[in-house]
Amino acid sequence: MSLLEVNNLSAFYGDFQALFNIDFSMEEGETLAVIGANGAGKSTFLKTITGLVDTEVDDLNYNGVSIGGLSAADIVGLGIAMVPEGRRLFPSLNVEENLLMGGYKGRQGHWTLDRIYELFPALIERRTVPGTALSGGEQQMTAIGRALMANPDLLLFDELSLGLAPIIIKNIYETLPKIKSEGVSVLLVEQDINQALSVSDRVYCFQEGRVSLNGLPNTLSREQISAAYFGS
Amino acid sequence: MTEWLGSIIQGFLIGGLYAMFAAGLAIIFGVMRLVNITHGDLIVLAAFVAMVAIEITGVNPFVSLVIVLPFMFVFGYVLQRVVLNFTLGDDLLPPLLVTFGISIILQNLLLELFSADSQRLKAGPVETLSIKVMEGLEIGVLPLVIFVVAILMIVIIQQLFNRTRLGRAFRATSDDPVTAQLMGINHNHIFALAMAMALVLVGIAGVFLGIRTNFDPSIGPSRLLFAFEAVIIGGLGSIWGTLAGGIILGVAQNVGAKIDPGWQILAGHIAFLIVLVVRPNGLFPRTRDE
Repeated sequence: MSLLEVNNLSAFYGDFQALFNIDFSMEEGETLAVIGANGAGKSTFLKTITGLVDTEVDDLNYNGVSIGGLSAADIVGLGIAMVPEGRRLFPSLNVEENLLMGGYKGRQGHWTLDRIYELFPALIERRTVPGTALSGGEQQMTAIGRALMANPDLLLFDELSLGLAPIIIKNIYETLPKIKSEGVSVLLVEQDINQALSVSDRVYCFQEGRVSLNGLPNTLSREQISAAYFGS
Repeated sequence: MTEWLGSIIQGFLIGGLYAMFAAGLAIIFGVMRLVNITHGDLIVLAAFVAMVAIEITGVNPFVSLVIVLPFMFVFGYVLQRVVLNFTLGDDLLPPLLVTFGISIILQNLLLELFSADSQRLKAGPVETLSIKVMEGLEIGVLPLVIFVVAILMIVIIQQLFNRTRLGRAFRATSDDPVTAQLMGINHNHIFALAMAMALVLVGIAGVFLGIRTNFDPSIGPSRLLFAFEAVIIGGLGSIWGTLAGGIILGVAQNVGAKIDPGWQILAGHIAFLIVLVVRPNGLFPRTRDE
């Protein structure tokens, strides 16, 4: 049984259709990347999985249970957490309070405050600092820690590297194996194609709301990806 | 000289009552960005609920809080969940218009039920008790009690917002309702809880208002005005600021009344305008997250 199965998913913003008949599946333990140009529907896709964008009931199956049409608040309780694009830390909360918000649902598992500080030691001395006073890298660490506090089985990253310095991106990607070793499956949306191909087991490319390519990173040629990315 | 001192102290203490009016308003605006025009009428509603409770059970007004506060909690939760949540969005106008409408409905409903007669909650001897500080200067026990309750109220709100899970949820939802949903927060429920809590404060304020002064269905809007002025003087988003705002308003009104009885209300408004000119963001803007 797949961890996440998406069948013929379409999504709309009012009259505007953002996703067309997406079929997608992901196994437990996999790291999967979704690439594509701006406006290809990658972020919308993540929002449908987390329940922020409405879907039909049968469109999404998670661990064999239909999660289409559930609210975002319910879905995180089932073990799907997201690191949103632009981090979206709560400005009135300090770092530790932001992390605690991630554990709001009280889902039990490996991740606790101490384990997050173990993963990101840089956050320890920043724990009482408001989220907005952090550097971009520290903000991203806090956002990842906050999502992990939900003890997810499936973790979604939306534009992990956007707006960060290369060295910071490298540091953050180096924590991925540690996160995965705790049994978390990872689905990441990434504009940095090289980064996405190097960490993922499988890659999907989206173009104008449709899946244009799907395969193993080392079997795809540059030309194939380029065609799927920009259209031909 | 002692007469002036007396006026200032009285004004200071009545600031506690104004802070009570304002605290609920500040929470509602702080959490939901909702300008609650019906706030004053809800204070009056609470006073009438207390009056009915006292008539039926014969208890003291202070004891009637046991009935009034749960009533206001439920009323607030339902009001937010069933009506006001649907008015929230990027636009401040819909909640403004809807609460204005509810204000009119509430006033007329109370008028229909209780007539325009002036009412009073009788609390017994505590109403007139006073402590003699020095020759010619006495402090009323009731105003002192109200002031102390106001401070306790603010301390409790502050602790709740800063130290509890629910407080974090309030602040997070206020910052960013969409991301809060990703944390597992049902924002409709959190908003309804915030309104319920604010109306508990309104309930306390309403009962003290009823003990302190006469009330009738039409006095809500002027209480709303005092509450607004206290919030703005204190600075939006600052819960201690509402106490400072309430005190400044109370002192200005009492000193104004001392100069000339007709100046009482006007002096309060003038103090408000002066603060607006000198510090447009209020005295303690946005210190909630300290």
